[in-house]
This record gives sequence, structure tokens and C-alpha cells, in this order.
Amino acid sequence: MNHIFHLRIGPVGFRVGSAWAGPIRQLAALYADYPRADVPDFTVRLEPAGPFRRLFRPSVAIAGDYTLPDAAPMSLAHGLLAAEMGMNLQMALGQRRYLLLHASSAERDGRALLMTGESGAGKSTLAALLGERGWRLMGDEFALLDPATGLLHAFPRMISLKNAAITVMAAEAGEARLGPLMQATPKGDIRHMIPNARAIAGMDEPARPALILFPRYGHAAAVRPIGTAEVFMRLTQASTNYVALGERGFDALTGLVTATPARAIDYPDTDTAIGLVEHLWAAPA
Amino acid sequence: MTDAMPLIRALRDPASVATLDAAGWTALIATARAEQIVGTLAHRVAGLDLPEPVARLMADARASAAQQQVAALWEAEMARRALAGICPVILLKGTAYAAAGLSAGIGRSIGDLDILVPRDRLDAAEAALLAAGWEWVKPDPYDDDYYRRWMHELPPLIHQERDRMIDVHHTILPLTARVTPDAAAMVSDAVPIRFLPGTGRGTMRSMVEGQGTRSDASSSTPCPSTAFGGPPPRSGEELLVLNPADMLLHNVAHLFADGDLSGGLRNLWDFDRLVRDFASDAFWPALAERAALHGLGHYLARAMRLSQRLFDTPIEPTLAGPARITDGAYVARITARDGWGRGICKANRFAFYVRSHWIRMPPAMLARHLWTKWRKA
Repeated sequence: MNHIFHLRIGPVGFRVGSAWAGPIRQLAALYADYPRADVPDFTVRLEPAGPFRRLFRPSVAIAGDYTLPDAAPMSLAHGLLAAEMGMNLQMALGQRRYLLLHASSAERDGRALLMTGESGAGKSTLAALLGERGWRLMGDEFALLDPATGLLHAFPRMISLKNAAITVMAAEAGEARLGPLMQATPKGDIRHMIPNARAIAGMDEPARPALILFPRYGHAAAVRPIGTAEVFMRLTQASTNYVALGERGFDALTGLVTATPARAIDYPDTDTAIGLVEHLWAAPA
Repeated sequence: MTDAMPLIRALRDPASVATLDAAGWTALIATARAEQIVGTLAHRVAGLDLPEPVARLMADARASAAQQQVAALWEAEMARRALAGICPVILLKGTAYAAAGLSAGIGRSIGDLDILVPRDRLDAAEAALLAAGWEWVKPDPYDDDYYRRWMHELPPLIHQERDRMIDVHHTILPLTARVTPDAAAMVSDAVPIRFLPGTGRGTMRSMVEGQGTRSDASSSTPCPSTAFGGPPPRSGEELLVLNPADMLLHNVAHLFADGDLSGGLRNLWDFDRLVRDFASDAFWPALAERAALHGLGHYLARAMRLSQRLFDTPIEPTLAGPARITDGAYVARITARDGWGRGICKANRFAFYVRSHWIRMPPAMLARHLWTKWRKA
């Protein structure tokens, strides 16, 4: 491939190859402080979607070790997003070492907070905010549970901010840590935020899960208990490789839900949410 | 431009990976994943002194393949239960290799379940599978009609709860293909898994019998692979596989007469492993006789030459015949994969794509088929 970038996020190495310089340049700028893996876990390719589509109406097809046959090609203007989706796709389809949870996570005092929920629940924004307010951000999208140890590994990729969250985080972290604004993508407006130095420096430190939260945005503040079986079912749905891991996945998830308290929380605004998190963290049981 | 030769070398001679640097490993793994043979590679290099990240990736690949096989064998058992009393279930391809404990099954990735059923039991088998929770994947009427009139298998079925695909074959090649292997003979001479001279690693029997991971090597009775007059007795309830000669010939038919050689590298590796498991002085004449029966001698010879050339397979020279000038094109097609996992040699690939249609359909029918597909696209 003409343009290549290597990076490692937490325990997972990537090699990204592209037919165009642009996406690689943007990727290299955002991931400038990340290490490189000697032998990457996954290869991502950004290729022309057809014979003439490198120069003529350039269109990016996402490919790599693992691919979806019917993935729609993307405009080159969204090439950075294509690279990110390519890396996510490898994790979702190819990750077999860790149980992959579609969840955000943050660490304090060596213990990890897991947050998961449907799209729009605010898990990403909440983790990003906690990362700016005394916690170590472990990841805004994927949490990696090691079946061998029960520890949670960090995956602090660049934080994907969507729509209203862009303004919130720009005010919190400053413009310098934000990438280019990509408008009218399939997921709306997107801007990436570079995790802070602490998140990057600490990304090789796993943490023992201590609290699982299921946040929900747009409701009056409330905290509800949630049964172990319900937590288990929701987390199987939040995992892309639970089935593929077989018994190891079942054991890992059973271990997690039986050892870790869980709550559902509703919140009307982010400050309330942060308050609820801090309150529950202080007395989780 | 590099091709898949580093992968071929690593599979043939695992110790050769000692010379690889980080870039070499990166390319090797990407190539192997694209050819869906990384689990096999991982088993080949197991126990070697590997760089730490490589050792971790290989361990992941072995674990992943093991889990795939558990799921694949369970799916085979589900089909057996659904079809018990209806017709015998003959496992094909990856599931057969894994169930029988053959070397080709070690680390092999297994996707769909492929089974062969007698042609005259096809309607009953279809009804039984539908009743047991499988449903159609392709609702398109043209495709469905095409499958039923011309193909060697039913339109693919998927299980509504387990989300696993089953391909129900009733013969070996599409009905339109230039050669017609004798499917009825393959069916009637299929053997219970326990009669196959496997490596003793098979988990099927132990799984079905609830015996954990007991090795069956000591209790296996060698298959009378040379005596086609009297296949071993079958109960009608147990899973079967093709007898060794037919298994090899089915691999060959699948490799050369049914498609454009995508997946050819893995299929040829299967061929190499099957030959190594079965080869004996008594096996070659039986194989020759069977190849003649099925009209696959030409393809068998090609497979032997290519396999020997790429994997150093111990073949029988009289069956392989003299090298042909076209062998080079086949080798180029089979190794047309670069270190990024991309298909290369576009012209060669296209030529084999055209060939795949040419050998499967008479010209007038091909024209009609392409016209219909083009109009619908």
C-alpha cells in the first residue's frame, strides 16, 4: 500500500494502509503519541471502491483481515472515519483474546468503572468527561475483558464525539485536542478527540472491574438496582465476540457479573451524571 | 510484488519461519488470514521459538479454530438428529475432516456445514430440516429455481436460532458441469466416522457419546479403503464420511471443477494432508479405480502435481502424470495473494473466473444465465 501507519492502542496493534495520503496523515496527527506494535494484531486497508475511484470521485472501501461483504464505501472526505471504522471492524470481527464489550471505561485507584448502553445513552461522553475530571480514561468504545485474569484492559482510541457532544468536550478539553470536523457522515457530525496524556501513558495498565453502570440520557435523575441475570444478558448483547469465544466467553462474563455490582442510572444532564457516578463509586454496594 | 509463497513455505516447512522479521510475520499473518488458513498455520508453528507478539497471535488463532470446531461438530450433530430415520448424513469438507480426526482438520477454519444426502431422499431431508428450524437464505425466485434445476445442492439454509448455514448436497458437481462423478456410489460406499484411519484426534464420537476428550485412536478399526465391494456396516443413525478415495476425489472436484479457485490454497493444503493420511501401496490402485469411476482422473492428476510442487506431497507419479504447461497458471492463481491480504494478478483471477463458468455450463445456458443476472443487477 502507498501510505502506511502503525499504531498500538492498549494491547492491540494495527497496521493501516491506504491508497490515499490524507487519511494516513490525519491518523498520524491524532495518534502521534501512541507507540507502534512490532507485529500488529490487525491489518486495515483503505482501498478505492472501484477501478477508477482513487482519483475520480474518490471513494473509500474499508477492507482488512476481517471484512463485511456489504460494507458501503465512504467519501474520501470521511477517510479518517473510514480508518477508525476499519479498526473497529477488526476488533468486532477478529478479536479473540479478550471478551470485547461495547462499553466505555475509566479507572480510579486501580479499579475500573464500566459503562454500557444503547447508542445515545452517553457512555462515550461520560467516560470522556471523567477522563478530564480525575479519572484515567480507559476507552470510550471498547472494553477488553481478559478471560484468563478477569482484568479489564484499556483501549483508549481517539474518542469519537458526535453532534452535541462535540461542543461539550471542546469546552472541557480545548480545541487543540480535537481533530477535523467531519460533517454529514452516516452517524451525523463527528469530531475526534485525543485522549489526554494520562490515558495514553497508562494504557498498558489493566484494572479490576469494580462497578458496572447502564446510563440513560434524557430522564430525571434516578438510580435503579439491576439483577445479575439482566446484567449478564445485556452484556452478551453488548459483546461482539461472546459467541465466538464459546466457553471462555461464558466463564469470563459470569465471573464479571457475579463479582461486580451494577446499577442503571438516568440523568437529565452531564453534570448530574458525573455526580451520580461519583456517589455510586464512593458506596457501590 | 510478493505473493503467497511465504505462506506456502511456512506451511510446508514450519521451521522456515525462523528467518522472518517483524515485517515478514505481519505479511505472513495477513496472507494466512485472507486465505482462511491462519488456524492451520498456528498449529504448524506451535512449539517453535516465536517472537512474543506472534506467539500470542498464534495462540489466539488456535483457540479460535478450536472453538469453531466445537460449534461445527455440534451443528453436525444437530443435523444428524434432525435427519435421523430420514436418511444417512454424510459429512463433507472441513466438518468431515474434523469429525474424523484427520490431519486436514487440525486448526482448520469451518464455516458452513456441508452434508451429502441420497438424491431420492432429498425432498424428505429438506422437509425434515425445515421442520427442525432451518429456513431459506435466498428468497430470490430465480436463484431458488436455478439451484433446484441445475445445482448440486439445495439453496443454502440457515438455522433460525443458531444462525448457522447448512449446504445440503445431493450430488458432487452442478448438474451442468462437464463431468458427472457418481454420487450414488459415494453415498453407498460412505463409512461411519469410526472406520476412518484418522489420527485419533477426532472429537465427534467422544462428543456424541459424552466421553469428554477421550482419544479413539486405539479403538479405531482401519477402513477397508481398498475393498469397495464391502463397506463396513452402518446403523443408519450415525454420522458418515466419504471413504478415503472418495474424500480425496471430492476435494479435487471441489477444487478444480466448482469455482474460480478462490480458497484454492486451503483446498490444496487439505489435499496434501489427506494424501499424507491415506497414502499406502494399497491406496493408490483403489484411488485410480475410483477416479476413473467418477471421471476425475484428470483433475486428480493436476491436484497431485500442484500439491507436490507447492507442498512436497508424497504422490504417486503414475497418477500425477507429466507436468503440463498450464500448471504454472494454476500455481500463480493459488498464490495470488500479497502481504496485505489483497488478491493480486487480476488478469489471472479473471481468467479463472471465466473458466469457472465455462466448465459449469454449456455456452447457450451460460449466456442466458449471465443475461438474467445482468438484468437483475
